[in-house]
Formats: sequence, structure tokens, C-alpha cells
Amino acid sequence: MPRNAPASTPETKFFWEGAAKGELLLQRCNDCSKPYFPPRPFCPKCGSRSVSVFQASGKGILFSYVINHRPRPDFGKDPHSIAVVELEEGVRMLTNIVGCPQTPEALVLDMPVKVTWEPAGETQLPLFTPA
Amino acid sequence: MKPNSVAVVGAAETTQMGRIPDMSVTMLHADAALNAMKDAGLKPSDIDGVACAGESPTNLAYYLGITPKYLDGTGVGGCSFMLHVRHAAAAINEGLCSTVLITHGESGKSRVGVGGFGGGGAGLNAQFEAPYGVAGPPSMFTIPVLRYLKTRGYTREDLARVAVVQREWAALNPRASYKDPLTIDDVMNADMIAYPFTKLMCCLVTDGGGALILTSAERAKDFPQKPVYIMGTGESSETPMVSQMEDFNSSRAFTVSAALAMKEAGIKHSDVDHLMIYDAFAHLPLYGLEDLGFCKPGEAAGFINDRNTAIGGKLPLNTNGGGLSYMHSGMYGMYALQESVRQLRGIAPAQVPGAKISVSHGVGGMFAASGTVIFSNEAP
Repeated sequence: MPRNAPASTPETKFFWEGAAKGELLLQRCNDCSKPYFPPRPFCPKCGSRSVSVFQASGKGILFSYVINHRPRPDFGKDPHSIAVVELEEGVRMLTNIVGCPQTPEALVLDMPVKVTWEPAGETQLPLFTPA
Repeated sequence: MKPNSVAVVGAAETTQMGRIPDMSVTMLHADAALNAMKDAGLKPSDIDGVACAGESPTNLAYYLGITPKYLDGTGVGGCSFMLHVRHAAAAINEGLCSTVLITHGESGKSRVGVGGFGGGGAGLNAQFEAPYGVAGPPSMFTIPVLRYLKTRGYTREDLARVAVVQREWAALNPRASYKDPLTIDDVMNADMIAYPFTKLMCCLVTDGGGALILTSAERAKDFPQKPVYIMGTGESSETPMVSQMEDFNSSRAFTVSAALAMKEAGIKHSDVDHLMIYDAFAHLPLYGLEDLGFCKPGEAAGFINDRNTAIGGKLPLNTNGGGLSYMHSGMYGMYALQESVRQLRGIAPAQVPGAKISVSHGVGGMFAASGTVIFSNEAP
């Protein structure tokens, strides 16, 4: 089922433009150099407006998840994962784990995962598969 | 308020004015806030109170990286900020916080990002959580829990036991929605909602309401009911996106709020006779017991298993049956407060004998915000 495209704001446009090209873009503070997510044009740790965009490796681990047995109408009828992945860069993001059975046996905490892209309108959503 | 006791030390408007197509509503608040902080020579970590209208103070505090001890979302139209100033002055005088940020931002012309974080539109939740199929609290509030179980060495049976023990309390309450006894197996075998949560680990959905009336302790003596005094209070927030909680094993909003309330009340945990922890889902009493400091991390499940929170236990918890068995209309915090008041008046259906101090701890959103009230029935 096709995914709905997220509506971006001026502060998040770079992320979804990167996603359209298959690039997982994060931000880092130039003053305290801490990567952060979700996007905003200043550092949430120190308030500095001096920040840069960089491309993440797309590798991480499965940090936590649920298997939703009552999917939203736009997600079909089968139970599916809603997961948090912790990226190598230290930030966490919500996603889905795909390319494996949606069961507790197949979805093991701390297993390595890597990004894969799912078309959504004019951009793509970062989903993850077992690495 | 006390005249001339509070002052404005930072003030600024957004960097641009007029037509600003390159900033969302949230960023307009943040832009003005960053400019005001610069004006005052402050960083986000120096701010401990947040007030805004047209945007949720929880969202703004998270966006700016502030850990608040005071939140004011009073929204009564264009004069909201005058009310924020008045409330902030009272809060600073009372010692609730020291430095309050009051913001406004509106994309009245360009309409960029209108709709806020949670309410559709282009907010952060809408962009970075909704696309992955989150379908309300059962598939959101539960997201940190598998990590929590693994870290603490807890099991799904530990979640089930929370529901079982609370059903025992509900059995004593004629107004409880569900009173029939439950077993661990009943809970484990109920319909799966969002693994690891079955239906009986999730709160009810009911209708209802509640109200409280407060006046000065001095005047309270002249009223027909036994007064219940407010001994201590706390509040905080962390993030409107559950996936962005700093620590999946502990709620920062819980720990900040509860510590403020305990300090203000000047009591020890062993002084508490009765406890209410908002239980939208079965994991919340476990997090609550740990984050409020009643149990060490990793000991909450054993504490419940040893029947410390059950009838006759040393820390009666959720004695109305809780959101899992009593009722849950959506914003359950009011019912936790009502049960604390009943217990301290001595009129609760499952009355804790001689209860003098009750702690009522609430959650807002999915670990997004928290509030704690400590009550006493002894006159100050």
C-alpha cells in the first residue's frame, strides 16, 4: 500500500529532499558537535544556531518496538512493527522494520539493521531491514 | 501578586517581521525565544519555565531543549500573554521556577506548518512518527516498553500482574467499570493490541468527568467537608514524541515532577500512605514506582509481586482500580486526584485505614508531560 508523503516545513525540507535521493541526513551542532534528530535549525542542547547537515551511515540497531495488531486503515490488515532504531551516530528515530517476519522471534532487540527506502509521494521514508 | 517582585530581563521579536514564508509556526516561537535568550544572555538550560499560546508548552520546551519545572498553556486569545506574565510572576514568587520564557509565534499570512506538532499539518509528530503507522496511544505509549523489560529483566507477566492486582482493588469499588477477578493467564491470553500489550494491559475507554474546588487553608476550615490540603506539587515535560525520550527506561518528566513535589512537601517516601500513578497502560505503575523513588530501578515488578501495592500492602496503589479497571475517559488525571481526596477524607470504597498523606502522579501525552500533587489531611 503506498505511503502518504509527509508534509515538510522550511526547517525539515532538507531531510525530505535528502530522503528523496536515498540520503539519510542528520544535523550536528558546530559548537558542541552533538548530532541530533528530528531536524531544527538550532542545537537543542546549547541553543546555537550554527549547525551543519551531514549524511548518516544508515546503520544502527533495533532499539525497541511494538507489533501493532490493529493497523491503521492505510496499513492494511496484517500486524506490523513500529520500531525505534538507534543509529550509529547516536540518534534514534521511529520507523518500521521490513524484510523479515513481523514476529517477536524475528524482531530481536539490539540486532543490526540498515536503512532501506520506501517511496512516499515525492520523497521516501527511511525504513530499516535486518543487516 | 507581590508588587515589583518580578522583572522582565529578556525581550525580543522574531528576526524578520511581516511575511516569513521560511519559518513554521513552531520555529517562529523558537526564533523569538532564541532572540530573547540572546538579549538576556541566557541559554535554554537556564530557562525552567515555559508559557505559550497557539503552541503547546510541551512541544516548545522539547524543541528548544528546555527541562521545565513550570508550564503554562493558558490559551484565552490575544491577551493570553498578559495572563502568562501574571501566572509566571506568581510561580516565581512561589518558588516553582526561577526563569520563565513566554513566547508567541503565528504564521498568520504564510500559514507555514500550521497545525502544530501533534495535530496533523506538518508538525514533528506528523512528519517523523505518523508515517510509520502509529495508531493512537496503544501503539505509541507502548513503544519504549520492550527496551525497558530487557534492561530491567522484567517479563510480560510482570505487566499482566499490574492489571491483576488493580482488578482486586476495583472489586471493592461499586463504581468500577470492571470488578470480576483476573488471572495472569486471562491478561496474557486477551486479544493482542500492540505486542507486547494485550487488551487487558490497556486502559478502558469510558465517559465521565470530575471537578475540584480549592480555597485557602484558612478558609477551608469553615466548609462542610473535611479539608484535604495541598502539601507539595511538581510538574515537568520531556518530549511530545515518545520515540525521542532520552531514556526508554525512565521518564525525565516523571523524575523531575515527583522530586519537586517531594521536596516541596518535605516528606520521605516512607511517609506516604497512599499512591496514585496514572495507569493508561500496565507499564506506567512500574515506571512510576521507580521514577518517583518508591523502588530502585529493577525492583518495581518484585515490589508488586510481593503484594506491597495490593490490599493490605504497605503502599496501596491505584485503589480505585485505576485506568485499567475503574474508568478512563481520556484524561484520567482528574480521577487519580479524586481518589486521593476520597482516601484522605476517609470515604473511599477501598479505604486505606488512617491514610494521612497521598501522592497523585499523572502523565500527559505519551510520557510527554507530568504533574504530581501530594495531599495531606492534617491541618498546616
